[in-house]
Amino acid sequence: MNQSIIELESLTKKYGEFAAVDHLDLSIRKGEIFGLLGPNGAGKSTTILMMLGLTEPTSGRVKVCGIDSTIHPIDVKRRVGYLPDDVGFYEQLSGRENLLYTARLNRLSRREAEQRVDALLQRIGLKDASGKKAGKYSRGMRQRLGLADVLVKNPEVIILDEPTLGIDPIGVREFLDLIVALSREEQITVLLSSHHLHQVQQVCDRVGIFVAGKLLAQGNVVELSKALFSDKEPYLVEAAIEGALTPEMAETVKSQLLDLEGAVSVRIDKERIYIGGTQEVTAEVAHILVHAGVGLKHLNTREYGLDDIYTKYFEGGEVYGKTA
Amino acid sequence: MEKLHNAVRQFKEKPWAAGVIAAIDRYTKKQQERRMLAVSHPFWVIVQKEISDHVRSWRFNVLLFLILLTCFGSLYTSITSLVDETRKAGDSDDPFFFLKLFTLSDGSLPPFHVFVGFLGPLLGIGLGFDAINSEQNSGTLSRIVAQPIHRDYLINAKFIAALTVIGVLFFALGFLVMGFGMFIIGIPPTVEEFFRIVCFLLLSILYVAFWLNLSVFLSIRFRQAATSALTAIAVWLFFTIFYQLIVNMVARALMPSEAALPQQLIGYQQFIMNLMRVIPSQLYTDATTTLLVPSVRSLGPLTMEQAYGAIPSPLPLGQSLLIVWPQLTGLIAATVVCFALSYVSFMRKEIRSR
Repeated sequence: MNQSIIELESLTKKYGEFAAVDHLDLSIRKGEIFGLLGPNGAGKSTTILMMLGLTEPTSGRVKVCGIDSTIHPIDVKRRVGYLPDDVGFYEQLSGRENLLYTARLNRLSRREAEQRVDALLQRIGLKDASGKKAGKYSRGMRQRLGLADVLVKNPEVIILDEPTLGIDPIGVREFLDLIVALSREEQITVLLSSHHLHQVQQVCDRVGIFVAGKLLAQGNVVELSKALFSDKEPYLVEAAIEGALTPEMAETVKSQLLDLEGAVSVRIDKERIYIGGTQEVTAEVAHILVHAGVGLKHLNTREYGLDDIYTKYFEGGEVYGKTA
Repeated sequence: MEKLHNAVRQFKEKPWAAGVIAAIDRYTKKQQERRMLAVSHPFWVIVQKEISDHVRSWRFNVLLFLILLTCFGSLYTSITSLVDETRKAGDSDDPFFFLKLFTLSDGSLPPFHVFVGFLGPLLGIGLGFDAINSEQNSGTLSRIVAQPIHRDYLINAKFIAALTVIGVLFFALGFLVMGFGMFIIGIPPTVEEFFRIVCFLLLSILYVAFWLNLSVFLSIRFRQAATSALTAIAVWLFFTIFYQLIVNMVARALMPSEAALPQQLIGYQQFIMNLMRVIPSQLYTDATTTLLVPSVRSLGPLTMEQAYGAIPSPLPLGQSLLIVWPQLTGLIAATVVCFALSYVSFMRKEIRSR
């Protein structure tokens, strides 16, 4: 299970002076669902293209299923299914014909192709629409057809580039569930690129955060928040109080709070107090505030989620006050 | 109808007939089974799909209709004038009577080969102008190149498919005209005439292939199908109309004085001819005229010495081919250059989704 199926070694792609991907090291294990998370233009698609051998890296190496994608792209493409963002189909052909075409490009005989395509259409729930022209498919249907298209070749790895873009929330839910189910059933490794952090959070075993051509961090969400905030304050307590504090009162409360074991920073902002810390200190905060005679309205504890990680890295700096 | 039905039934009841039918049945079933189990090479899968796309597209059918129409129009005019031609007698012993079907006209419509020269480019452009960019715009290109195929399969297959369609169309048209001609005038073509017509058809296919490649190249170069179509048509118009004008202007400017030496005159003539021969449509016209009108002996100026002692008879096919050899080479070269350009630019293109 621990053997890695995708390996990138200081992969770099430059367009002129601009480095779209900058010395990227990444390894993805067999059978896991990996989320590549980053804003638009971070170099996610370029990385994917290099994995498939569709574009040549300026330097560095890509190995997928133990095969170098730059030198043997055909062997890689035989094992890897790729769903581009905003996938398109031949509109004059039906959904089924489109899949049959892909199947036959993968050297299946007509008979095999028909059997596999029909099974897949059943699996993704497009059986009834299989005869309809692909041009008449809705966005969500097209995306599901795209998934079937990727699975036609019986891949070991599937790479999905922004697969949930433009689908309604229920469609997204179903689509992601389908991906998880497939990955678990068939032991397929999934690499999913997205800038929708919540969706990534829902389905991915591990996440890599990718900004401006660099991988900033990787791991599961808990690991990530630890890795990114361990030196600072992974926990944040927000206290709402009644009436603004007088300056002297604010000083005493602040010093008391800072004396707490695990509290690192305190910020008072009119009727709100933010306490950042390395430990869970909610109970102690409540105790101090009540003892100081402050009217406490409510207390709110928050762990850092991908949201904060995201904002922190993509916008930089201040994390406080981003949540209500 | 009743009778036919009964006859078929009676035929089927005969034991030997039943055996034959069963055998054919078995054979087709077996073939079908083999077809279902055969694994075709991806290249031919793409070719197959492209051909079926072409044949089913409205665009191709409109072009086909247009070409059929003009074809029959020119056949009609050539046959009507052919009748007058025979009445005039004189050349009733012309051994290439049949070829006149392709070259004669009463003036109301141009003859067959001129028509093909005019509409062929349109056909080539029509089949190629959105070869790559429409796939790019509909998002299918990135999906196809992610399949385990070499990238050049796609462009080669597109070229082969369009060429196959064009080839079948031209041969069908040419043979159709021949068949109708035989039917109406009652004279079969001689072997040489037949081969001349086949050569003419091959040449036409080559000519259309040039325009096809040019438009495929433009379809790689330009992202919008409309832009590439317009550019291809602009090139075509430039070559068919404006280039002649420009050459005429150049010719007038360079015209030698009346007192010039004959050598100078010939050199001048040759220079103007060579200017004209830069463009593929001129090459095609030269070549087809020589092939279809066997009495054409040279495409340049002939001096008295050269013409002296020549027997005024038509040339054999081999000699006609020899005359058009440079034109043929030129056309092939132009086609190959266009194809190479599109091949290189396609292989270097980075394919992203939409």
